[in-house]
Amino acid sequence: MQNHRTGQSPLKSTLLAQLNAKFRLRESRILIAILLSMLGMGTTPSAHALPAFARKYGLRCSACHESWPMLNYFGQKFKDNGYQLMNDRDAPIWQNASYWPITLRMTPFWSRESVNKVAVDSAPTGEQKITTTGFNLGGLDILTMGTLEKNFSFQLVPSSEETGEFHFEAVNVRFDNLFHSPWLNVKVGKFELDSFISEKRTLTLSGSGGDYQLFHFIPVGDGNIFGQVGDNQLGVEWMGHSDNDRTRLSAAVFSSTDGNVDLPYGQNSYSAFFAGSQAFSAGKLGVQRIGGYAMYGVAPTTYLTSGGVPIPGSGIGNKTFSRVGFEGLFYLGQHLDFQVFTQHGSDSAWFGACYGDIITGTCDPASQNNTTGVLPAGARNPTWNGAFVETHYVYSPQLTIFQRSEWIRMSEQAFATNPSNLGDIDNYVVGYRYNPFMTSRAGFAFHNEYSWIRQRGTSPVTATDLSSNSLMLGFDFDF
Amino acid sequence: MRSTLHISVRRLGLLILAFPLAAAAQQTHADFAARIGMESHIGNVTGHAKNAQYDYRRYCAGCHGERGDGMGENFPWIDPKPRDFQLGIFKCRSTPTGTLPTDQDLSDTIARGIDRSNMPSWNTFTLQQKADLVAWVKHFSPRWASEKPGTPIQIPPEPEVTAERIKNGREIFAKVQCWKCHGVTGEANGPSAATLQDDLGRPIAPFNFSEGSPKCGSSDADLYRIFMTGLDGTPMPSFADNIKPDEAWDLVFYLKSLEPKKSKEREIATKLQLKPVDTTPAGQQ
Repeated sequence: MQNHRTGQSPLKSTLLAQLNAKFRLRESRILIAILLSMLGMGTTPSAHALPAFARKYGLRCSACHESWPMLNYFGQKFKDNGYQLMNDRDAPIWQNASYWPITLRMTPFWSRESVNKVAVDSAPTGEQKITTTGFNLGGLDILTMGTLEKNFSFQLVPSSEETGEFHFEAVNVRFDNLFHSPWLNVKVGKFELDSFISEKRTLTLSGSGGDYQLFHFIPVGDGNIFGQVGDNQLGVEWMGHSDNDRTRLSAAVFSSTDGNVDLPYGQNSYSAFFAGSQAFSAGKLGVQRIGGYAMYGVAPTTYLTSGGVPIPGSGIGNKTFSRVGFEGLFYLGQHLDFQVFTQHGSDSAWFGACYGDIITGTCDPASQNNTTGVLPAGARNPTWNGAFVETHYVYSPQLTIFQRSEWIRMSEQAFATNPSNLGDIDNYVVGYRYNPFMTSRAGFAFHNEYSWIRQRGTSPVTATDLSSNSLMLGFDFDF
Repeated sequence: MRSTLHISVRRLGLLILAFPLAAAAQQTHADFAARIGMESHIGNVTGHAKNAQYDYRRYCAGCHGERGDGMGENFPWIDPKPRDFQLGIFKCRSTPTGTLPTDQDLSDTIARGIDRSNMPSWNTFTLQQKADLVAWVKHFSPRWASEKPGTPIQIPPEPEVTAERIKNGREIFAKVQCWKCHGVTGEANGPSAATLQDDLGRPIAPFNFSEGSPKCGSSDADLYRIFMTGLDGTPMPSFADNIKPDEAWDLVFYLKSLEPKKSKEREIATKLQLKPVDTTPAGQQ
């Protein structure tokens, strides 16, 4: 049900890798997705709510976070300044020598996970509903960020599954305010694509609702894993903003590897991401922000092979893809806000026919390596539109009630023979987050969330609608 | 001698004012509730205290405390200590020493932040947010219920920088004994520097002109304002009764020449080969 997220959800990634080694067909991906949903896991995105910053500057979490980890306007400005308040306390030399900018975050929780159609040998139709309950853990995030010197920022986020297997979620250095201008900031490494609506700082955690589906959407049978705007990418980013952060612009160029290290895909495959936004005051309603983004990229479809196995890093035959959309953050007074995010996505017909990622098994390397240059008959560019609206009712800085409603609709299938709604997604999440205390030393939240998701035509045996739901009660803490 | 005595009298007055206020600081929620209707007026925006409770808890209470007494959970760990709003004494004002600041003064402080302290710039707030917070800050102190803010001092237009003015500023620097705290080179190493305390008896350091920005702003007009209004609650007095406006500008120019950054004042002072003021008492030279 959920698109896999390399580096975003450690548990999902590992299971995906393990299972992909056995099953390399489209159906197997769907099965994997079901299992992942089953296994539930409140996904704990490597969110950046850092008591380390609070300790450094003596500010409460609530100063930067609407409800941690979601940033407010002040927190966004702090981040855009390279984790600096732009005062004399920014350089680490001004901190006590024992100060270490590190935060640990983890989430123990209980959850109920239910999937309506799982392939079961003994079921009369071959499918059966399975519901599982139990206690579980989110992965561990080790969040280190801050300044190496005034205007030299860094971010290093080793992130683990609950089993302890680590990967590097983010590793980058940033040169801030070059030539004393907030318009010149350059970041190099692995980083989150610039969006003021951040999945890394989302309030939702449950198995069926933790991710923004639009940030990772891949049409059914599509071989392009490289267009996921929610995955951290390896590259270089320029970012600029006005003094008060009301105007923000950025452009990034990165390898088309979906953030994976060691260049496993194309020989010369790059993508670019552009974002811009403008905030404005709307009187008593508060500060509103509107913006847009665009992602354009190319990724390989042809690989050299050795013994029939594709050789990593040998990919050529680049094909194109794009994602464009609008994003907005609207406040209706002190307590209520709406985040709106839209996307129009388009992949080359080659990706739609499942050429592209044959390295990690998204597509079958035996039959879907583009060695002939002949597109399968009837293949078209798959395109889709989607949107989500996330609402936060911030009753007080300690209690936030939230919901998100998300819809993705295919506008053109890769093949006309596919049902027109194949792969369409509906996702609804509702929950609340209560912080029993607020200090500048640690964060602690009681988190209760329910989510439901449905994808059209993707059940493993009957190819009917597949849905799952999660109920999660957990304790999210960092220090 | 006369000017020193005069300053001391003013400081004594401030201390006398501070003690009963400190005693009154043990205020109850009923006291605050009685002032919850407090307003502020900044430009054409009216702030209401009751609308700022949420923002105050979110952004300010960690240092300034839920009761505005400066005793938030960060109090033990930060230096300088957070302002105690219940006293109603503020450093950064456009009003004469001993008087309450204007609403605009408080709003400016929120927006600017205070360098070399934990108070950041909150310039992301809307005008309405700042106005509401100003009203909320005012509701902590009984002073606002019984006193009106002072009348902002007049700052005459900034004259042209000249060598004569910088030399005159140097003489004023010596005459009003700025060097006793700030040092002859402005590096905060004067003979009194180590002994300074604020009105609550906490150690406090004079401003070092060789680094950073003054707490209440770094423009020429800000500097002028600082020594004509003083920084209430600190040993920095007002010199409004001791030097004339034109002399105050001369002092601004001399102080700017002590700052390491490139400036016209520094350039002129370098050409003049100005030496630090001579602090040897007359007759011993």
